[in-house]
Amino acid sequence: MRRRIEKLIVFFCLFAVWQIIYRLEIWPPYLFPSPSDVFEALRAGFSDRTFLIGMGISMRRIAIGYGISIVLGLLLGLLIAMNDFLENTIGSLVLSLQSLPSICWLPLAVLWFGLSENAILFVVIMGSLLAVTINTESGVRNVPKIYMLAGRNLGANGSRLFLHVLLPASLPYLISGLKQGWAFAWRSLISGEMIFVSLGLGHLLMMGRDLNDMSQVLAVMGLIMFLGYVVDRVFFVNVERHIRSRWGFAPTS
Amino acid sequence: MNDPSDISRMKPAAFELPQFAELRAPKLRVAGVSRKFDTPNGSSVTALEHISFEVRPGELLCIVGPSGCGKSTLLSLMAGLDKPSAGEIFLDGHRVDGPGTGLSVIFQELGLFPWLTVLQNVEFGLKMKGMERAERRKRAMEFLRLVHLSAFESSYIHQLSGGMKQRVALARSLATAPDVLFMDEPFAALDAQTRDLMHEELERVWKETGQTIVFVTHNVREAARLGDRIMLLTFRPGRVKSVFPVILERPRHLEDADLAMTAREVLAQLKEEINKAVEEEYRHAAKD
Ligand SMILES: Nc1ncnc2c1ncn2[C@@H]1O[C@H](COP(=O)(O)OP(=O)(O)O)[C@@H](O)[C@H]1O
Ligand SMILES: [Mg+2]
Repeated sequence: MRRRIEKLIVFFCLFAVWQIIYRLEIWPPYLFPSPSDVFEALRAGFSDRTFLIGMGISMRRIAIGYGISIVLGLLLGLLIAMNDFLENTIGSLVLSLQSLPSICWLPLAVLWFGLSENAILFVVIMGSLLAVTINTESGVRNVPKIYMLAGRNLGANGSRLFLHVLLPASLPYLISGLKQGWAFAWRSLISGEMIFVSLGLGHLLMMGRDLNDMSQVLAVMGLIMFLGYVVDRVFFVNVERHIRSRWGFAPTS
Repeated sequence: MNDPSDISRMKPAAFELPQFAELRAPKLRVAGVSRKFDTPNGSSVTALEHISFEVRPGELLCIVGPSGCGKSTLLSLMAGLDKPSAGEIFLDGHRVDGPGTGLSVIFQELGLFPWLTVLQNVEFGLKMKGMERAERRKRAMEFLRLVHLSAFESSYIHQLSGGMKQRVALARSLATAPDVLFMDEPFAALDAQTRDLMHEELERVWKETGQTIVFVTHNVREAARLGDRIMLLTFRPGRVKSVFPVILERPRHLEDADLAMTAREVLAQLKEEINKAVEEEYRHAAKD
């Protein structure tokens, strides 16, 4: 409760400072809008439904792209973890590709797919796939041997050992992988959408720039921040906390 | 013979009592088993050399020896988790080649599954056997009752004390009605008081179920407290040094004078092996 009040007070102060700077008229209002201008842009964006449509389109893209990343990443991570040859070859390739900022894939994607939906999806997938893969792999490798021994000793083998022991035992790592993958996917999506007319949130951001409308730029930035935050904090953090306490890890503060 | 659905029927009949055990065919026969390990520098270490002995049906056999003498290695071999370099192991006359549910192991780390409740942990082996849900639930509850943990069926593992975890592991293994239950220094990490309780608990459960148990420990008093027989291994390479029958009445108590005497007898021989181990350490240290 106290922490919540602290938060509220600090945020309120930040808004006050913002308003004061606006009033000092150091920069012209079209470069430095007031908080109420931004709220007005937000309201307008929602009332003529451009923001809703933008959100819908972005969410659909991330659902498809991130979904594909999850499936491929889990599979790839498992394969790499279970096979020393793949670990040595594909594993190190994945690690080196991971150092590439995902937007670097865009020129390649545009040449392959044109200025299309698929180009954006490709960037999203390349952005998050590797994080999911790497975490899956290290999760599976980090499963304490004793669980596998005990599982096998109790009669689990093959697919049942996988399903009933390996998978649940590595779940805490898999969730961190999915969480990290989400963060990468979200960033990649917005960067990808900023490049051409794509109707998503990233495009709305660029539209604000083209229209010289700083209020819209800030309003869309707020929206992007909010959506990313909700999924990361509200969804993943809670799932993670639940799993960690169930698995008997120290609760994360 | 031991119908898994009824614990009471697993009680030994007179003929099955441990003191008549040698009259019956051995449960497990270890015949001339050796195990060598290859070391990184190309040479090889002989952990176990030409070991032969029998485990009688329904007996509680304790294996003692200094650490590093190959107790865990021997146990893995018997449980089919590892293959001997030479020799063979027979369960009820059939060669052991690979892990099977007939051979259950409780490791020192236990390996209870934190993502399952206590009840689901005990059910796990039955589920893997393909037993139906209602039946396996009933059976798991019976075994939880056997170890006095009925009240904790829906707890998670990290909510339990050390002793309670031990009992869950015991119930989980026993529920699968194994031919032989192997325990590898299971109580080594417990405090003395909890260990005392676990000795009582194990002795009682063993009596009620008639389960054949091979119990590995480096603690001689623990072996004298629990075992029908104590088998002492030598230090590197591990061989059978001697086998002591323990003919003390049960339930036994750690502070009994007879028990202390048996323990002293075993300890005298164990000391020789420990000294060998220490000398070897010194030789290694001097070389470096
Ligand atoms: N996987 C292995 N590879 C190489 N050496 C091993 C391996 N397992 C055990 N050993 C060696 O075998 C000997 C016996 O080990 P272990 O059975 O664990 O002893 P204990 O359980 O009696 O303490 C030790 O000297 C150990 O170094
Ligand atoms: Mg050991």
